[in-house]
Amino acid sequence: MQELQNQLDTAIADIDRAANLEALDAVRVTWLGKSGLLTEQLKQLGKLSPDERKLRGEQVNQAKERLQSALAARKSVLEDHAYQARMQAERVDVSMPGRNTDRGNLHPITRTLDRIVDIFSRLGYQQADGPEIEDDFHNFEALNFPEHHPARAMHDTFYFPDGRLLRTHTSPVQIRAMVGRTPPIRIIAAGKVYRSDSDQTHTPMFHQVEGLLVDETSSFADLKGTLRQFVNAFFERDFEMRFRPSYFPFTEPSAEVDIRWDRGDGSEPGWLEVLGCGMVHPNVLRACGVDPERYSGFAFGLGVERFAMLRYGVNDLRSFFENDLRFLRQFA
Amino acid sequence: MKFSENWLRSIADPGCDRATLMQRLTMAGLEVEGVEMMGEGLKGVVVGEIIAAERHPNADKLQVCRVNIGAAEPLQIVCGAPNARVGLKAPVATIGARMPGNGMEIKRAKLRDVESVGMLCSAKELAIADDASGLWELPVDARVGQGIGEFLGLPDASIEIKLTPNRPDCLGLEGLAAEVRALFDLPHASADSKSMAPVSSLTRAVHLHNPADCPRYLGRVIEGIDPAAQTPLWMRERLRRSGLRSISVAVDCSNYVLIEMGQPTHAFDHDQLRGSVEIRRARAGETIKLLDEREVALDEGFLVIADSERPVAVAGVMGGWETRVTDSTRNLFLECAFFAPAAVQGRARKLGLHTDASHRFERGVDPELAHRAMERLSQLIIEIAGGQPGAVIEAVSVGHLPVRPEVTLRRAHLERVLGLRIEDQRVTAILTSLGMQVRATPEGWTARAPSKRFDIEIEEDLIEEVARIHGYDNVPVNIPRGEIALRLEPEALVRTGDVRQALLTRGYSEALHFSFVAAPVLERWNLLEGAVALSNPLNADLGVMRTSLLPGLVDALKHNQSRQQDRVRLFEIGKAFHAGDPPLETPRLAGLVSGAARAEQWAEGDRAVDFFDIKGDLEQVLALAGPGADFAFAPLDEPGFLHGGRSAAVLRDGRQIGLIGCLDPRLARALDVDGDVYVFEVELSAVLQRNVPVAGEVSRYPSVRRDLALVVDQSVPFARIRDRAQGVLGDLLRECFLFDEFVGPSLPAGTRSLAMGLILQDSSRTLTDTDVDSAMQAVVAALGEHTGARLRG
Repeated sequence: MQELQNQLDTAIADIDRAANLEALDAVRVTWLGKSGLLTEQLKQLGKLSPDERKLRGEQVNQAKERLQSALAARKSVLEDHAYQARMQAERVDVSMPGRNTDRGNLHPITRTLDRIVDIFSRLGYQQADGPEIEDDFHNFEALNFPEHHPARAMHDTFYFPDGRLLRTHTSPVQIRAMVGRTPPIRIIAAGKVYRSDSDQTHTPMFHQVEGLLVDETSSFADLKGTLRQFVNAFFERDFEMRFRPSYFPFTEPSAEVDIRWDRGDGSEPGWLEVLGCGMVHPNVLRACGVDPERYSGFAFGLGVERFAMLRYGVNDLRSFFENDLRFLRQFA
Repeated sequence: MKFSENWLRSIADPGCDRATLMQRLTMAGLEVEGVEMMGEGLKGVVVGEIIAAERHPNADKLQVCRVNIGAAEPLQIVCGAPNARVGLKAPVATIGARMPGNGMEIKRAKLRDVESVGMLCSAKELAIADDASGLWELPVDARVGQGIGEFLGLPDASIEIKLTPNRPDCLGLEGLAAEVRALFDLPHASADSKSMAPVSSLTRAVHLHNPADCPRYLGRVIEGIDPAAQTPLWMRERLRRSGLRSISVAVDCSNYVLIEMGQPTHAFDHDQLRGSVEIRRARAGETIKLLDEREVALDEGFLVIADSERPVAVAGVMGGWETRVTDSTRNLFLECAFFAPAAVQGRARKLGLHTDASHRFERGVDPELAHRAMERLSQLIIEIAGGQPGAVIEAVSVGHLPVRPEVTLRRAHLERVLGLRIEDQRVTAILTSLGMQVRATPEGWTARAPSKRFDIEIEEDLIEEVARIHGYDNVPVNIPRGEIALRLEPEALVRTGDVRQALLTRGYSEALHFSFVAAPVLERWNLLEGAVALSNPLNADLGVMRTSLLPGLVDALKHNQSRQQDRVRLFEIGKAFHAGDPPLETPRLAGLVSGAARAEQWAEGDRAVDFFDIKGDLEQVLALAGPGADFAFAPLDEPGFLHGGRSAAVLRDGRQIGLIGCLDPRLARALDVDGDVYVFEVELSAVLQRNVPVAGEVSRYPSVRRDLALVVDQSVPFARIRDRAQGVLGDLLRECFLFDEFVGPSLPAGTRSLAMGLILQDSSRTLTDTDVDSAMQAVVAALGEHTGARLRG
């Protein structure tokens, strides 16, 4: 009995000393393997008398159970150590960059266009489109610009030998959109326009967005409200705005819209023109088959580059067309 | 339109400060574009007369002057100006005055030991004009001791307003003044229409040949003017502050009437005219030497003023050289006419001109102004240069004069268009204040505009006038009501934004180029055929519409390579243009990559981009169309600007929709770009179409993978092998992928080994080894037969 106890103590000491899973398994084999010390003792039981066998059997089995649970406990500890060691060994420098992180960027003009169009989409305006090589009818005549009228001189037009021209504004899309449609009409047209002008503040190609609403009740007051909503939504700021009488052949009354713009350099905020607009001229409605006695409408147009410059603090208009990656990469 | 503020105020003074005046004009649609202050800070500067001038004892270039400024004692002033002389009247800055230019205070000083009390000034020193050559010589009648500001009508401001083409009536101060009266509620001015009794009997017959072009022409001879007469300072000053230089008495008076009344006039040398004055169309082949000394050819499109022999002026544009007023002209023939806008529009431009006269006549000059303007011009000339007026000769065709229509304004329509109800009385008052004849009707009003307004023809014109004077600020801010149609977006259409995003995730940045390029560039790319050329390009570099987006992208590559950006990935979405009727505009998607395949990093090796990098990028975009879309890449018969071995046509459903490949190295060298450049360009619409998916059943049975290593001739494309395997296996083949390509000495020359994985699966049962084996044997046999492929041993 005492001997068994001593053996057990020795075995448990061996288990506790086992430094790793291999050593622990060696201890198990020594005691509980096929010819292990305890296994041998169990084998010897058959040689004892039934009473002795019962008593001895219980003792040995108890010892075996204790040994097994000591082995399991130690195994769990050692496995945990091994796990911890592995975690240490497999540690990575998480500050190193991930693979294939390369991502490009939208052009700021696209970004601005998308943003403007999206705002009007949310107000129910449908996108419309038209050709960039236009005819005189759509670009001028239907928009109430008579031939040789000085208003045409406000547009430095690029012409083709066949008399066609590069559209000088997105307004022709108004005409194309109105013809064949029945009001209510809410249209937004965005795209490239062209004027023969190139200096610090003009490029021969630029982008415009044109909006048009025709309905039975639309008024100049509605136009003011719509543009106020738009400007505030675009800049996410509430601006002081003013509508200044102006002249476009295709709208009447016409207005230019200024916002009070703080340049942020400490100078007094000044008025900055951002939009042209007006009530659609009855001649234009008529040219498109819309009855001006029943319907009225308003139209507005804006320069996308101007909005992009203001929104993103771009100082040089020409940088939009240089395609310098160092510039483009600022616009994720 | 640039004018002197004081001059305007002398006609109509609103009694408010400058800022308010400018603000009100701007908010009435007469946008103030600029303002230049003049003669600020002239306190202590007075008119002085040099009564004695002696050489400075210690300096050759200085004089010691005694200057009378109306005080008890003359001032002693040391002066270095070359024109300082006894009798000269010039501005004197007295002690305590500050110079407007630099703020320097005038103090008692000793100049080379001689005391100097004050300073004689040039125009520049007073910041009035640019002349710094000497003392400003004031007229002899200037009153000594008078403040210079008071003498010159200073301070003043030169105000420039940007007038829209519909408001020619404000191209003269009288018209502007009328606007000011309407805005500030001032009483109307009464027009003075006294006419001078004729003294001279000189006259000249005037004939209107085209009364529709010129319904009214007034002429008058002024006989015996003094050719040596000088334009007085007050007139020169007013003209200067209105942006006009002083030229001669006749021209200055004409310009003065132009600014004051808005009526262009012209003075001929009466003695150079031969016979009668004929207002007629030019004859083909006629020429005229204009005042700018250019000889120009005319045709029947031009209206001219001719004498009995030749054209002497282009009507409403510019006078002729031969009949101009010169230093020796003694008799003037004055012209004051109404030319119809349609007879002048476009004519100046055709001659390469834009004159003050053409600017006004193109837009419309008041047809009733001619008499008053003629009287004013005559009076000014006679006042300054003497002479005797002849009788006014008028040729008129009353029936051709423009008639202002009576326009109806309905109360309800006014309210509907503006979204604002304005009191009847206010509407009447506004229209009346603008010089209209207004009549009340049950529905609202009728109004007839004054003869100077060419822009009041329909109801909306009146609405604009009412709104403008009432103030746009007073129109409320509303949100439109009305139904909003649901925006439809077909699912079978990929959004362009998604295409952009696909390329963004592959590291591409979006570029944006002008739509026009230089013709030689397209020629170098062999892309000039079918290009549409502009008639009037800004310059030759922007002469033709692009037929491809690629030249622009390569330009951008060059721009970036020269700025240490060696790894470039760019794309652009935009139109390409080709000749047609109408011209073809095709939206395209183009991409370019150059430099390292990956941004330099630690994890993977470094290599240059190759064909399969850019193909993968494009395929990423094509994948937006979904798995059912049939895209293919086939070698090009004519590689054009691409590399003969590394380029392909991109096909969809067998139709070519674009190109992909390496830029031809010779072209790349010619274009001066470094390294291999890979590009693609496809029709945007072809990649935007997709199918709405129809889901099939997913097989519940296991799939089997079999790999094939084949040796094939290098000329056999992988796609052919894949398609053949697909043809043999049909629905059984779920996937077929290439996982290795090998070329080496262990293979027969001209062959390569392709290793493919095939995934087989049946939708109704588990495939047995026997099934798979026989299927694979059939594939190998078919491949052997059709492509010459054999299993790699």
